[in-house]
Amino acid sequence: MAEVATPRLEIRRLEKTFGGTRALAAVDLAIAPGEVHALLGENGAGKSTLTKIVSGVYPADGGSMRLDGALHAPHSPAEARRAGVAIVHQEPFVCPHLSVAENVLLGAEPTRLGLVDRARLRADARRALALVAPEISPDAALGCLGPAEVQSVTLARALAQSGCRLLILDEPTASLAAPEVERLFQVVRRLASTGIAIVYISHFLEEVQRIAQRFTVLRDGRRVGTGDIEGTAPSHLVELMSGHALGGRRRRAPRTGGDVVLSARDLAGPRLPLSASFELCAGEVLGVAGLVGSGRTELLRAIFGLERVVRGELRVRAKVGPASPTRRLAQGVGLVSEDRKREGLAGELSVAENLTLSKLPAWVWPARERATARRLIERLGIKTSGPDQPVRALSGGNQQKVALGRLLNHDVDVALLDEPTRGIDVRSRADVYALIDELASQGKAVLVVSSQFSELLEICDRIAVMHRGRLGPAVPAAELTEHRLMLDAAGVA
Amino acid sequence: MKQLSRAPWFGPLCAVLAVYALFALLAPQTFTRSANVLTMARQTVIVSLAAIGMTLVMIQGGIDLSVGSTVALTTVIVARTLDGGSGAWTAAAAGVALGACVGALNGLLVTGLRLLPFIVTLGTMSALRGAAKGLANEQKVDADPKGLDSLMALPGGAHGGFLLPTGVWVALALAVVFAAFVAYTRPGRHVVAVGSSLETARLCGVPVGRITLIVYVIAGAMAGLAGVMEFATLTVGDPTDSIGLELEVIAAVVIGGGSLSGGRGSVAGALLGALLLTEIKTGSTHVGLPNWVQEILTGAIILVAMALDRWREQGRGSG
Ligand SMILES: Nc1ncnc2c1ncn2[C@@H]1O[C@H](COP(=O)(O)OP(=O)(O)OP(=O)(O)O)[C@@H](O)[C@H]1O
Ligand SMILES: [Mg+2]
Repeated sequence: MAEVATPRLEIRRLEKTFGGTRALAAVDLAIAPGEVHALLGENGAGKSTLTKIVSGVYPADGGSMRLDGALHAPHSPAEARRAGVAIVHQEPFVCPHLSVAENVLLGAEPTRLGLVDRARLRADARRALALVAPEISPDAALGCLGPAEVQSVTLARALAQSGCRLLILDEPTASLAAPEVERLFQVVRRLASTGIAIVYISHFLEEVQRIAQRFTVLRDGRRVGTGDIEGTAPSHLVELMSGHALGGRRRRAPRTGGDVVLSARDLAGPRLPLSASFELCAGEVLGVAGLVGSGRTELLRAIFGLERVVRGELRVRAKVGPASPTRRLAQGVGLVSEDRKREGLAGELSVAENLTLSKLPAWVWPARERATARRLIERLGIKTSGPDQPVRALSGGNQQKVALGRLLNHDVDVALLDEPTRGIDVRSRADVYALIDELASQGKAVLVVSSQFSELLEICDRIAVMHRGRLGPAVPAAELTEHRLMLDAAGVA
Repeated sequence: MKQLSRAPWFGPLCAVLAVYALFALLAPQTFTRSANVLTMARQTVIVSLAAIGMTLVMIQGGIDLSVGSTVALTTVIVARTLDGGSGAWTAAAAGVALGACVGALNGLLVTGLRLLPFIVTLGTMSALRGAAKGLANEQKVDADPKGLDSLMALPGGAHGGFLLPTGVWVALALAVVFAAFVAYTRPGRHVVAVGSSLETARLCGVPVGRITLIVYVIAGAMAGLAGVMEFATLTVGDPTDSIGLELEVIAAVVIGGGSLSGGRGSVAGALLGALLLTEIKTGSTHVGLPNWVQEILTGAIILVAMALDRWREQGRGSG
């Protein structure tokens, strides 16, 4: 279908090199108007790099791009925007001190007599937000929102853009739960029906199969396949992405339940959660399902001492007592944050420094830290030029692996994981599952929060559902289905 | 070689050598004389000591504007202590301890009240200046230095050999100690982590408040020591001394690769930055440039250093 008319976007032999890394090597791509095109590939394959070149963030090193037949070589994001390219980046670029409305219309503020027209600003922002996240107030300060809401705001920003011809979504659903994904799909379908071409990046193949018509697979910066989604088996896509067939689903190692290592009774935070009680045993994986904003993240943060506990009791092993991250880590409790850009990782610091930060010896020998980092890089398959590379230069999924690697290095007994596979590709996701499994079989306790209910069902022994700040009872995963979890999370009895 | 050129002190070192060569050409008879080199080393000591502390503060993501006032207050305290009959050592210790207390005050205000360091130290800058003037009855305080002046004196007289004054050695030794502290100890690495991303540091169990406090106490103590050296040079307690010193100190740190947004900075670089500033001042005087040209020159050097640093940073992403 793309070959007949002039494609909306046509990319020829696109090249990009960062230092010694060839991120894109002679990549071709063609997308027709009204088409939803899935861009697939493992972590570090070059997907985000491609979208950043199309949207004017980086210049290309070689090759050409055409938008509706006209040469497209933007020198800045603003120029790409004027040409009709809208993008939702994987790592959101937002101004935390501005309001939601100001962020939605940043750079395109409506003015009257040279002054910002605040009434219209709010109205326009509200209209854009209504499509994707009507519950977010345009007047809220952006800094108060969680990552999922921030993602919705950046999506609204892209939608608010007038004259959009090409919309790029770089892992838009990475932190969304099922109902929010549905809402996004409706918007995408409507936009596509008006002739807007859409580039859709995701590691969730079920999603891709539902929303996209065509796909392109990148591997190590090269295009290794393109075609129609219909008639292509997911296993074939995985094979294209990784270069070899994916092994069958792993069997879980047998686990022996141990003593209770972490328990909460009627725990409540300043805002959320309202009430949470659970017991987590050694050698167990307990999942917390729920919608975005239901208080799952706040629960983990309260346990880890990052947020105040206003009521209830929290015991680590038999101990109660004041909580702070320093104390929790000393007790062997570690947290992987869902927000790796703001708090999970220090972008300017190197991979090695990020991996070893929580467990530095009194005297730090850089060579020894590097050796430790190399072992973890190897073990987790982190794609990086070396332990000294600043973390911000890594692809999103590889950054996530660094955040996980820190817990391994710390050798925690209780791991609190908030969206541990966010942005991680299919093959590595299997690796992370295996890793969690390994931890549990070693007698460590794992508490996982995830918006992917299928993921929880696969890795957890028991799952509890959080609804509007209240945590339900933990039920053995074997007795649950995705449908059941969805109903519970939505509060439908 | 590539590794070397990436070190943060590499740029400042080149600048120091280049400026030295320039003035050596322009004023060959006077500028390269060993007596002049010694004088420059001595003049750099006070800024250097304060810059070591400021480097730590700026790596941590803060700033300390109270340095100049702390130095002035220390000269007064040292003079008063000597006047009161104490020995040279006691007076010096009192000066350093006073600086540490000032630093602790700054640190507690920053961590306890969660105020911005800029605001806190702007406040203490003014308050300490006032305290110095009050303590000195708004005039200079004369005191017998009781040998304290030898800290900054040239051993063997003004035209003697190439031995450096004790103060220079003290500054160098402390620079080594604190450079190693930042690079090779856990609290030192934690300082970098806090400056790089406070939230991440907290998540990783770094005692953020304690690290912040430590950094300000060190900076205060170093400013106090700078004040002791200042007294050794002046041999008088002067409450109006060192106005604007903090800006010179910040400039030295920034030239040395420090960043106002935290996470970056180099003790060695800051020392070289301080030396560069002295070179320009002394050199300009030797060549006979008026004061206003010196000031423009200093400003230009800071901007050029910044621009070069930006430019070098561009290539760093690929690591
Ligand atoms: N600014 C940068 N500096 C240096 N290297 C970079 C930079 N940005 C990306 N890279 C490298 O380019 C390669 C491709 O990265 P890219 O972000 O495009 O991957 P991706 O396909 O989006 O992966 P993910 O699924 O993890 O988001 C990676 O090896 C990455 O380390
Ligand atoms: Mg990406």
